[in-house]
Amino acid sequence: MLNENQSLIFELSKEGRVGYSLPEIDVPDFDLAELLPEGYVRKEAAELPEVSELDIMRHYTALSRRNHGVDSGFYPLGSCTMKYNPKINENVARLSGFANIHPLQDESTVQGAMELLYELQTSLVEITGMDEVTLQPAAGAHGEWTALMMIRAFHEANGEGHRNKVIVPDSAHGTNPASAAVAGFETITVKSNEDGLVDLDDLRRVVGEDTAALMLTNPNTLGLFEENILEMAEIIHSVGGKVYYDGANLNAVMSKARPGDMGFDCVHLNLHKTFTGPHGGGGPGSGPVGVKADLIPFLPKPVLVKNEDGSFHFDYNRPQSIGRVKPYYGNFGINVRAYTYIRSMGPDGLKAVTEYAVLNANYMMRRLEPYFDLPYNRHCKHEFVLSGRRQKKLGVRTLDIAKRLLDFGYHPPTIYFPLNVEEGMMIEPTETESKETLDAFCDVMIQIAKETEENPTIVQEAPHTTVVSRLDETRAARSPVLRYTKVEA
Amino acid sequence: MAHRYLPMTETDQKEMLETIGVQSVDELFSDIPEKVRFKGLYNIPEAKSESALLKELKALASKNSDTDSHVSFLGAGIYNHYKPIIVDHVISRSEFYTAYTPYQPEISQGELQAIFEFQTMIAELTGMDLANSSMYDGGTSLAEAGMLAAGHTRRKKILVSDCIHPEYRDVVATYAYGQSIEVVTVPSKDGVTDIEALKSLLDDQTAAVLVQYPNFFGQVEDIKTIGELTHDAKGLFIVSSNPLALGVLTPPGKLGADIVTGDAQPFGIPESFGGPYCGYFATTTKLMRKVPGRLVGETVDHEGRRGYVLTLQAREQHIRREKATSNICSNQALLALAASVAMTALGKQGVQEMAKQNIVKTRFAKNAFEAAGFVVPFQGAHFNEIVVKTNKPVSEINNKLLEKGIIGGFDLGRVYPELVNHALIAVTELRSKEEIETLVAEMGAYNA
Repeated sequence: MLNENQSLIFELSKEGRVGYSLPEIDVPDFDLAELLPEGYVRKEAAELPEVSELDIMRHYTALSRRNHGVDSGFYPLGSCTMKYNPKINENVARLSGFANIHPLQDESTVQGAMELLYELQTSLVEITGMDEVTLQPAAGAHGEWTALMMIRAFHEANGEGHRNKVIVPDSAHGTNPASAAVAGFETITVKSNEDGLVDLDDLRRVVGEDTAALMLTNPNTLGLFEENILEMAEIIHSVGGKVYYDGANLNAVMSKARPGDMGFDCVHLNLHKTFTGPHGGGGPGSGPVGVKADLIPFLPKPVLVKNEDGSFHFDYNRPQSIGRVKPYYGNFGINVRAYTYIRSMGPDGLKAVTEYAVLNANYMMRRLEPYFDLPYNRHCKHEFVLSGRRQKKLGVRTLDIAKRLLDFGYHPPTIYFPLNVEEGMMIEPTETESKETLDAFCDVMIQIAKETEENPTIVQEAPHTTVVSRLDETRAARSPVLRYTKVEA
Repeated sequence: MAHRYLPMTETDQKEMLETIGVQSVDELFSDIPEKVRFKGLYNIPEAKSESALLKELKALASKNSDTDSHVSFLGAGIYNHYKPIIVDHVISRSEFYTAYTPYQPEISQGELQAIFEFQTMIAELTGMDLANSSMYDGGTSLAEAGMLAAGHTRRKKILVSDCIHPEYRDVVATYAYGQSIEVVTVPSKDGVTDIEALKSLLDDQTAAVLVQYPNFFGQVEDIKTIGELTHDAKGLFIVSSNPLALGVLTPPGKLGADIVTGDAQPFGIPESFGGPYCGYFATTTKLMRKVPGRLVGETVDHEGRRGYVLTLQAREQHIRREKATSNICSNQALLALAASVAMTALGKQGVQEMAKQNIVKTRFAKNAFEAAGFVVPFQGAHFNEIVVKTNKPVSEINNKLLEKGIIGGFDLGRVYPELVNHALIAVTELRSKEEIETLVAEMGAYNA
């Protein structure tokens, strides 16, 4: 049954069927032509499906069975921190007092929501070592851009609007240079050295009086801790630049090292990663930004403030603010889940999270090291990057290995990233997976390494057990079909 | 430590350390320089048990006045609508909500197909050729449309109607500053965009004109005329629309829009104190390759079976990197799913019926206010919203309404200085005749 084509909802439609129950109309009816200007009454109805409630439930249940989530199985997708999404979070976010309140209600009627946001901000200040946090950005990339806009405003306020260069390592997340571009900066790439860390000499070479900021992930996308972080911060600060922390990898260092103590001036976090979002199939996220004191005046408006009497209000009187980055106050529902998670873990729990995440990653790395190339052989943090170049010589690409993993019920690692590793496989197990799960996955990886030597075809032609085999992506891009169009019978 | 989310046991830990070849977990952190090492524990509250935490958070939630216990006439972009119960059942399927972006299409066909269906429904409602997989929200989606227009036309000025949601305009201004684009506000007249003023502002530097339809005051703008004027000046015409209203309004795609954006919140998404919502972005085939965010396309597998993939990835920020005009990476997939389920449940008939109910009920409220002696300054068509002039500060009236369990309208004086003592009253299909009459009576009593 799973292998059958799943019809589009439009193909299940039959004229006259309904799936809704609207309120009874209890006011006088009008002809829309009387109420709307001429030419503004829709003539052709939008072709939405006509199906019953059971049709809908069966359709989406069938779709869900054609989808792999963390609850379906192991999901070691590097840099994405696919940890377990606690169920209490879902219940709390759906409490009527959180789900059914309007963002523009009088502040006196939403003090509970504001208290939760304030407490979350306070916890994130402590976790990052920053001085203030805004919860407004919707996602990681949105947070990156928000922080860069603040850095730009800071330099302009100091009469240094000429600072237009943002330095990004060659191993950076792809969003870093894109965020810099849309904040009005040019990007300069700094090279990695042979240990996989930022090359300090190259950093010294690229900085100058036009440096606005350095964007850095620590640990970096290879899962390696930038040991020279204080020197790097010093190099940037000495020329008047700011140091920005991409918090995508915070799961690696909680209770071990705080961005604020490493010399960073601002940080974005991905609450949908480290703080159990969930990922939702690609969103929604939440990307709070933390800053040191000298950037506080530039935070987006409004800023949530605690009054002397213990109540809360939104402060709009921020003359140096970069303005609004999003309507209202951010993705509240995701922030509620993150807060619930932090309160479920407590200080001991968050420390254990990082320790176990790092232990799991190192364990897997050592188990797989004999079978795959390990370009940077040292303790990793929460993730590590293998290279499939040994297998490539036998005709099996990393893409093939990823597809073969699907046959065993696993989501593959992040592949071909970071860009500075040939045939890269970036593996992040997270702390919520058991040793049994890690072992079973490693056993399969080892089996695939052996298949590559003995029977490469089975890997090259994978997957064999999924509802569809490899899809023709070239065709999809060459003549794009982005919507259903009814075929007249 | 033992915790229900952490399966590590002491035995596991011992075996794993042996395999790694270290004595302790601490050794794995030896690369963190002593000077930056955090010692001890975070100063945050101690962990709570599941039941104790739930109790505490329920108490916190109950401090808020929600629309279960209150009757709400507050809209201003976010509305208290009928949410088919089935929506939450579908989005609670954890195969959907615990998945990541569908980068591995063979095991993500469910999500990909659901998004493909979402794209189709949005394209249908807006009358556009295509729609993307969603954006953060209506405000950032509108801002991205403005940035696309500036990049596409290589012009550096966008004209923004004063009748667009004020918070959306704020977001547009922030984005525009980042890309050095000038934003000029087009003034309003009688609650709609002032077309004469627009004519005098349009010039050969205008990248785009941005309007809202229906606008922030609930008025139906003459987008046909505005679109023609925009195109005469060779700018792009961008319309921000409540997609529910498009159930009965002529879609912007039929009236010359180049890009239609908005928020699908009216379709099954709770108010949730400001988010997450579901921005949408619809456009023409001509602009397809410039669309920000993700797109799902149909294709076939090796055996010729129909399937879906993320496509036109070359546009995406992670490839274009420093040449990007947008940096959006995630989308609002789960909310796009929610909106899809709601649009499916409503279907072809229901979306028209629900849209009409909103118009008819808003008209009933308008007549009731006028009959009670209130001035409703903006005449014409109304969707969801009417502006009501009051004799007393709106905040005072709203405080009185709260005592009666009513959440009053938005205080327009907060953002429009010329509209002090004007309330923006939102009426949806959920407001009964009796509730509307009670609102008018209570406001009348305090307004005297």
